[in-house]
Amino acid sequence: MHRYFLQRLAGAVPTLFIIVTLTFFLIRLAPGGPFDQEQSLPPEIMANLQRAYGLDQPIWVQYGRYLAALAHGDFGPSFKYTDFTVNELIGQGFPVTLELGGLALSLALALGIPLGIFASLHQRSAADYAATSLAAIGIAVPSFVVLPVLGLIFGVYWHWLPIIGWEPGSLRHLVLPVIALCLPPLAYIARLTRGSLLDTLRSPYIRTAYAKGLPVRSVILRHALRPALLPVASYLAPAVASIMTGSLVVESIAGLPGIGRYLVQGALNRDYTLVMGMVIIYSALLIGMGLIVDLLYAWLDPRIRFDA
Amino acid sequence: MSAGRRSSINPVALVALGIIVLVVALALCGPAFNPNGIETLDWAQVAAPPGMRGAHWFGTDRLGRDLFARTLEGTRTSLAVGLVASLISLGVGIAYGAVAGYLGGRTDQLMMRLIEVLSGLPLIFFVIFLTVVFGRGQHLLFVAIGAVGWLSMARIVRGQTLSIRRREYIEAAVACGASSVRILVKHVVPNLLGPVIVYATLTVPQIMLFESFLSFLGLGIQEPHASLGTLIAEGAGEIDAASWILWVPATILAGLLLSLNILGDYLRDTLDVRDA
Repeated sequence: MHRYFLQRLAGAVPTLFIIVTLTFFLIRLAPGGPFDQEQSLPPEIMANLQRAYGLDQPIWVQYGRYLAALAHGDFGPSFKYTDFTVNELIGQGFPVTLELGGLALSLALALGIPLGIFASLHQRSAADYAATSLAAIGIAVPSFVVLPVLGLIFGVYWHWLPIIGWEPGSLRHLVLPVIALCLPPLAYIARLTRGSLLDTLRSPYIRTAYAKGLPVRSVILRHALRPALLPVASYLAPAVASIMTGSLVVESIAGLPGIGRYLVQGALNRDYTLVMGMVIIYSALLIGMGLIVDLLYAWLDPRIRFDA
Repeated sequence: MSAGRRSSINPVALVALGIIVLVVALALCGPAFNPNGIETLDWAQVAAPPGMRGAHWFGTDRLGRDLFARTLEGTRTSLAVGLVASLISLGVGIAYGAVAGYLGGRTDQLMMRLIEVLSGLPLIFFVIFLTVVFGRGQHLLFVAIGAVGWLSMARIVRGQTLSIRRREYIEAAVACGASSVRILVKHVVPNLLGPVIVYATLTVPQIMLFESFLSFLGLGIQEPHASLGTLIAEGAGEIDAASWILWVPATILAGLLLSLNILGDYLRDTLDVRDA
């Protein structure tokens, strides 16, 4: 198990390396540079700027320098947010994004799984139809539609909650963004749990458990649920991806100071180092989630052995 | 294997189909009944609520542009992107999946491994990237979105091809001395088209969602053109003063996506298309 995990961890390095290399050269292929402005700078100043950031060097030298700095955990200085390094920008914004995304993922799991269990136990009842339709809406309607509509209802019409803004430590500002962000994964998780629990409940060992006279509660929670959660576990990585992309728009609508805005703005501004930093952070998060999913798999289903 | 014969037609799917037909008809024919253009500014009616005045049935936006005309244009754009990009991903997916499934063995393993790696990457960031790097044109938008959509399509096609490959008529074609290319084009692809197109109905809403997401971020459709995504972005900024600017495009997008998903799910379940 440990060996397998270490192998996977080592396998993540080349993936990250490919991503870094691809983004490094792709963004430099783009027309325009970080210091292009409406009014073009005098050539001397431009040359100085380029030299200060090492952009006058051949691209291979730049690439080598970037990799060397990256190996020390240094993402370099931001080109557009002068006086800030990319590390500082990410360090400021990342906790907010993490809190938002973490809350959304936890809520999606904490509500989605019970909803799925409930729907599968009351198959074809009114509650089941309600749960599945709710899931259909959650899957179909994107968070950038849900959040403004929630803001309109709870913020503008009823004045219950703030629509935009952020205060450190205050959860009130996060309520609507978290709800909007967690709906699509919540819906998927509920649907997956319902489907796979229905399948699991038909297997012989569940009949055995009932035949032993176990109460429904322990049959579901102790016997059926664990294997039934396998599809949910494998959905976790896409769920994190969906929350990450969702947080790009949710942060911009709700005016949260997370890192979501840096990706799009950084790319538009040709802020090379900032975009690279963002892509690396997001990729690392996704890859990390993939590893966690593997571990969860082994825990949920003891039949899975990685060493074999 | 018609949907109707297998089971009685699901009323929910029928309603979904009705909504899709209605929205498409409205998007195509609506402008004929409304005198307002998409770029005409009506200074007498800036941010006017929905009503009959000046035939602004859905109201106007901050610049006095008619929201009915703009929403219909946005719907047309979103539908067009959804269809074209789905076709692109269908084409690429069929070519890739059929070749992998038909050749099998090492080639198949390698090609599927590549799909696995690509699906593991944060592709949405690459699309954001591509649109920024190579300019924000509509054509690129189609290519970029189609380029992402083909991955799951290729998987489905491969699964179908694997089962088709074992059929007698393929064996017969091989025995007749037909080349692999000929077998693929004449025998494999026509036979997998049916189930794959059913699956493609589910990619249309996914791609429309993706397009409106990019447009919402300002990376997709550019002014003065509209897509449902740009209209929702506009509306989201006006919720405290002019909520209809949000309600109109949000309702249309939500209704359309929901209906397309329900219809696609229904078709897939009824015709029993599995991704193998």
